[in-house]
Amino acid sequence: MNRRNFLRNTGFVAAGSLFVPAFMKPLEAMALDELSLYKNLVVVQLSGGNDGLNTVIPYGNDIYYQKRKNIAIKPEEVIRLNDMQGLNPNMKALQEIYDQGWMTIINDVGYPNPDRSHFRSMDIWQTGSDSNQFLSTGWIGRYLDSKCQTCKYPYTAIEVDDSLSLALKGQSKKGIALKDPAALYRNTNDPFFKAMLKSDKEHLDEDNLGYLYKTMIETQSSASYIQNTSKIYQSSSAYPVSGFANQLKTVSKFISSGLKTRVYYVSLSGFDTHVNQVNQHGNLLKQYSEGMAAFLKDLKRNNKLDDTLVVTFSEFGRRVEQNASNGTDHGTANNMLIFGGKLKKQGIFNSAPNLSDLDTGDLKYQLDFRQVYGTILDKWLDVNNADILNKRFNTLDFI
Amino acid sequence: MSTKANFVKVKHLYSRAGFGISYSDLEKLSKKNIDKVVDVLIKESENDDPINLVNDLESKRQLLAQAGLYGKKDLSEDEKKMRQQIIREQNDVGRDLNIAFVTKMINTNAPLREKMTLFWHGHFACRSRIPFFAQQLNNIQRAHGLGSFKTLLVEVSQSPAMLQYLNNQQNRKGRPNENFARELMELFTLGRGNYTEHDIKESARSFTGWMYDKDGSFIFRKNLHDGGTKEFFGKIGNFQGENIIDIILEKPETAEFIATKIYRFFVNDTPNEAHVKELASSFYNSKYDIATMMKHLFTSDWFYDNENVGTKIKSPTEFLVGLSREFFVTYNRPQVLIQLQSSLGQYLFNPPNVAGWPGGQSWIDSSSLMLRMRIPSLVLNDGEIDFSGKADPEDEAVIALSRTATTNANSNQKRKSYVDANADWPKFLETFPKHLTPLELTSFLLQPKLNQKITDMVSDNKGLRSTAIEITSMPEYQLC
Repeated sequence: MNRRNFLRNTGFVAAGSLFVPAFMKPLEAMALDELSLYKNLVVVQLSGGNDGLNTVIPYGNDIYYQKRKNIAIKPEEVIRLNDMQGLNPNMKALQEIYDQGWMTIINDVGYPNPDRSHFRSMDIWQTGSDSNQFLSTGWIGRYLDSKCQTCKYPYTAIEVDDSLSLALKGQSKKGIALKDPAALYRNTNDPFFKAMLKSDKEHLDEDNLGYLYKTMIETQSSASYIQNTSKIYQSSSAYPVSGFANQLKTVSKFISSGLKTRVYYVSLSGFDTHVNQVNQHGNLLKQYSEGMAAFLKDLKRNNKLDDTLVVTFSEFGRRVEQNASNGTDHGTANNMLIFGGKLKKQGIFNSAPNLSDLDTGDLKYQLDFRQVYGTILDKWLDVNNADILNKRFNTLDFI
Repeated sequence: MSTKANFVKVKHLYSRAGFGISYSDLEKLSKKNIDKVVDVLIKESENDDPINLVNDLESKRQLLAQAGLYGKKDLSEDEKKMRQQIIREQNDVGRDLNIAFVTKMINTNAPLREKMTLFWHGHFACRSRIPFFAQQLNNIQRAHGLGSFKTLLVEVSQSPAMLQYLNNQQNRKGRPNENFARELMELFTLGRGNYTEHDIKESARSFTGWMYDKDGSFIFRKNLHDGGTKEFFGKIGNFQGENIIDIILEKPETAEFIATKIYRFFVNDTPNEAHVKELASSFYNSKYDIATMMKHLFTSDWFYDNENVGTKIKSPTEFLVGLSREFFVTYNRPQVLIQLQSSLGQYLFNPPNVAGWPGGQSWIDSSSLMLRMRIPSLVLNDGEIDFSGKADPEDEAVIALSRTATTNANSNQKRKSYVDANADWPKFLETFPKHLTPLELTSFLLQPKLNQKITDMVSDNKGLRSTAIEITSMPEYQLC
């Protein structure tokens, strides 16, 4: 073993020479016709608790203006969707998407006994638990665990990031996190790591060492598959310059190159706007909308929009009334934004939040977020939602 | 018992009860009978040496100032600045506290005490924005981690950090908040299924009035306490918090629950029923003396069985502390320790929730494993990290305050960051006898038994230093 190689080597070797156990092999050869009907889900997480009322603005309701004297968006600036609600002006890029019928807004999504801690509430959204229940697996992770027809491989769920969110961790299976497929490919194909996997079959039993080797082999195999499959495709679409848009561009590249991945996960950070909210929030909504619009148009161009469903969530909304620092504090129910080429109910899905019937200053939820998950699981990912969510949730009619 | 067999045993003991052992200490201790070694281990941890990073008086002053600002509706510009300044200081000190705990584990001469502190840190999992509270809870866990479980439980339950985290501050007569009472039974003592909703309701009433005052000291507020008669596990009385804890400890289920958790942490992810029963009865019969149970565990033959040696996945803390300790690493930019904890999934003082870190195989996914296998070469060779963990949800407010921070948080292109650490190679190499072969070094550094593949891989390697880096980069090094 040559130390200099191990420490410095960044070169890589053709995938054909990989030493992968036989049972991992077939995934590299994928018949193209299998891919044509491949539906995928993109989950977008807005971290920090997005202020839903300043995202989808209830400009038709006076209470909104009374409660938010300094931070309300003026009626003339709102991008009107109907006579009650409209989009924040920084979301201009999404107007066209909305008009095309590729967007649905679900109002007032939440859960019973909401928790206002970022950590805990994010946990609840990622695991799909009740608010007094602690689960150590995520809802997508349990989907991977469910042995569904199409979730055989680790790259069934990809998070475009350096580390893997709880949402994608199952008991026996986990998604894969990667920010840059080429970098992961180089790392996993380090000659030293490859040497460790060479002809090693004795470690693949069920104990912890076996688990480590299996994870390593799967990572290497997935990295090779992802890199080799996606490097062929080059997007010609223009994306705005932002980290978020970049993540979506990577997802689009994966989808358009026919990667057999069912769930993608990306996130945008910085929504915890307690102070001087308007500018900062606007800036984030702009990044979000422009990135999203470019992504959806890119998919449309590649005939993938009909096979794609995008869902955006945040761990909670903000309180109805602004605080003394021109920001908003942690609240409860929030809107979820859904995108796709095959939406059954386009536009605004349900009635706008009722600002006159609050629970000590907070919105009451109309729909449980697990009804949204349940709908996606049942109707889009083709698994029985009760198997993943531990109890049955009624589905909704947006897809 | 031959020295060679004892060598493996002592190495296993120190790997589980501490964070590893140096070769020279191992050689010395291997000459002793294992019972004697366990005595040494416990003796080493006799002294309770608390962390005194956070200044008591300054924290109380801040708490009083915050309490004063809290009630006010409109703050002046100066008051706003003061509030922000306090929060900023608390964040900074919180990070320092995290580093102080990790550094203590790396440098300690009381490895069992620090390992127990780490265990209780996960068992009584808690997050507090106030570093003084967090430090105090950490010191409670350190002071009583090998002592009486009852004292530990009472002190934890009365710590402002836990009272705040589990909302006992809002638990008052007529308007009970059941959060603390529920977690006390579900996660801290009896375990799910060993109590009823009625027990929770009645015990919540008993804990009304357990609070902390403005300057952060425990206080029993009699006027907020529900003095009525309660029924708890069939017993009837005018119970207060201490009575509830006594009744909970009378139930052997509590000893079993803790023993199971201890077994999972120190022995094996899969509990062996007979062994857990042994531990539980030793714990229960000693009136919940933790050291007695630990001694029973470490002197049991089964602790040294093959199925328990080199078969547990190290937690991120065990991995980072063990590596740093083994190679005498100093971190010139200690914040990197926080970055690594967060990327590996165990950000100390920030457990995912009150249930703590789930542990076992859940530590490992493709990205955390790849990172773990690269860390030794980064730390030991001062490499560049191109890996950044996610923003902690609690950091979101800070990110939201500035456009630059938002851009950085969401950027693909992070600034390059270096580990900036030094391993003391001469000191490391000095711990070994002359003429140690790479193969001998390998079998010292790894807990699992060596197989042919590893033997082959190191046999062509001449230098101890490069062998060490390779060995610590293997999946086998992830096991303890």
